[in-house]
Amino acid sequence: MSKRVLEILKSKFGDDIYETHSQFGDDTAVVNPEKWREIARFLRDDPQCAMNMFVDLTAVDYLGRQTPRFEVVLHLRSMERNHRIRLKARIGDEDANGADIASLVPVWKGANWFERECFDMFGVNFKGHPDLRRILMYPEFVGYPLRKDYPADKIQPLVELRNVPDKLPPFGIDEGMPFGRQTHDYPRGEETN
Amino acid sequence: MEPLDRDLEEGLLELPSEPMMLNMGPSHPAMHGTVRIVLELSGEMIQKADVQIGYLHRGFEKMCERGTWTQIFPYVDRCNYVSPMLNNVGFALAVEKMLGVTVPERCQYYRVALGELARICDHMICSGAMCMELGAFTPFLYFARAREIIWDIFEEETGARVTHSFGRVGGMASPPTKHFKDMIRAGVPRVLQLINEGEKMLLKNRIFLDRLEGVGVMSKEDALALGWTGVVLRASGVPYDVRRAHPYMVYDRMEFDVPVGTTGDNYDRFMCRQEEIRQTWRIIEQALDQMPDEGPINIEDPRIILPPKQDVYTTIEATIQHFKIVMEGIKVPAGECYSYTEAGNGELGFYLVSDGSGTPYRVRIRPPCFATTQGLEQLITGLMIPDVVPTFGSLNMIGGECDH
Repeated sequence: MSKRVLEILKSKFGDDIYETHSQFGDDTAVVNPEKWREIARFLRDDPQCAMNMFVDLTAVDYLGRQTPRFEVVLHLRSMERNHRIRLKARIGDEDANGADIASLVPVWKGANWFERECFDMFGVNFKGHPDLRRILMYPEFVGYPLRKDYPADKIQPLVELRNVPDKLPPFGIDEGMPFGRQTHDYPRGEETN
Repeated sequence: MEPLDRDLEEGLLELPSEPMMLNMGPSHPAMHGTVRIVLELSGEMIQKADVQIGYLHRGFEKMCERGTWTQIFPYVDRCNYVSPMLNNVGFALAVEKMLGVTVPERCQYYRVALGELARICDHMICSGAMCMELGAFTPFLYFARAREIIWDIFEEETGARVTHSFGRVGGMASPPTKHFKDMIRAGVPRVLQLINEGEKMLLKNRIFLDRLEGVGVMSKEDALALGWTGVVLRASGVPYDVRRAHPYMVYDRMEFDVPVGTTGDNYDRFMCRQEEIRQTWRIIEQALDQMPDEGPINIEDPRIILPPKQDVYTTIEATIQHFKIVMEGIKVPAGECYSYTEAGNGELGFYLVSDGSGTPYRVRIRPPCFATTQGLEQLITGLMIPDVVPTFGSLNMIGGECDH
């Protein structure tokens, strides 16, 4: 981690860097979500930063603790200069409206799956992502599992067998996985007698 | 009589040019792990590939938000189930970074030695599984036999063969046994011997080499942009090893080489793994030589470490302390931290957010093979179907880690 990168960012972007800290030695900058891609591209191309290695992208849900509810967290590393930085942007209100942020796929190819995962788990919408669909969950999954208002023991509705006329049998029959959830026919907590 | 082909139009004589869709996986005999690849084929050439993961998703991150910090150790065990000890150590280091404590030196050497043993296991099984999928079953049996020796050591030390749950915040679950060093010094040379024998069968085999060399090439820049780390990145020619670039524990005192590939093809990835096994043995030897025989394993902080079992049964103070740590959990200071270690597949990162209570607010695991698997699509586009098998094998995708 490097404090110098934070200083370069502050001098270059000024008011768009909302706050910085170096807790536990990890240099962090909270940035304006509107400038997300611009700052990322600057970090990659600026010779003093040279963040050519994409490390991680995720989100944290601070429901009821912070007003922009989601914090998108990006970790970067420079191979030549051997330093790291964490970028954060706060988006979305309490009902998760406006949870939009620019996609970083044009900057680093590796952001592709990480953003898909983030969309899958939190419902953060990455604008300009080439292929934004669920990655760990199946397409019929209802809700976003890592949000704080998603109960950990929630049971999902039974998925209909997908019947797409153009698709050949290997795509049609096993895709719905009907055998996987047969035991959850009734919603939990309902009277069963 | 007129010849038959005169009636046929020119277009009918050509083969159909529409691409064929082929479904590979999620459980395919030639691909380990649960991953599904939807291929769009033109003849036998892959035009487009869609890699689909998630078949082993178990909600690791969600479950971590429900228990105490210590209760996460069994979960991280099951992330990379081929080298669980490295995950244990990685997570313990992340929490210790937030707590601001450093474990005693003896424990650091102990963690290094156990972790490197797990790394041998990891690389060996990856190479073994890859050659098994290519039809060479015998070397896999040699590697499985070698893994048995390491598992015996783990069983002796931790009580479990695969999922040890042996790491603790601020130490280890128990001190090393009396025969710890002798066991490794006697066992691991035999492991290396078996690996050499297995390797000899592969590296003089024309078929094996032809299927590896020049297949699945990844350039340096692409590997970095994709977030590749570990062996796959080093095979592409980038000498990045967390143990060397950001030394943690006692790795700065160890002498070892970082093997680097030249072209970034499957052969380089295979050879880098094999060489790293030998470098790992060098590290273990040095760690055993430098490790003190006496001394504490755990830190001395009653807020973090459980009291001795004998005291819990006999004194009220220790009982209360035990109860508070087990029921309320270790109080980790509020804040966020990202800690990274070199696991079997590359940089294993933990991004932890704590709100100051005994339960983590958010545990984010950065699985190295999640980033690696997303490069598979690029690697296999333009290749043939048989090339998918060694390419996928050399990436060492571990389902539990990749799918969280």
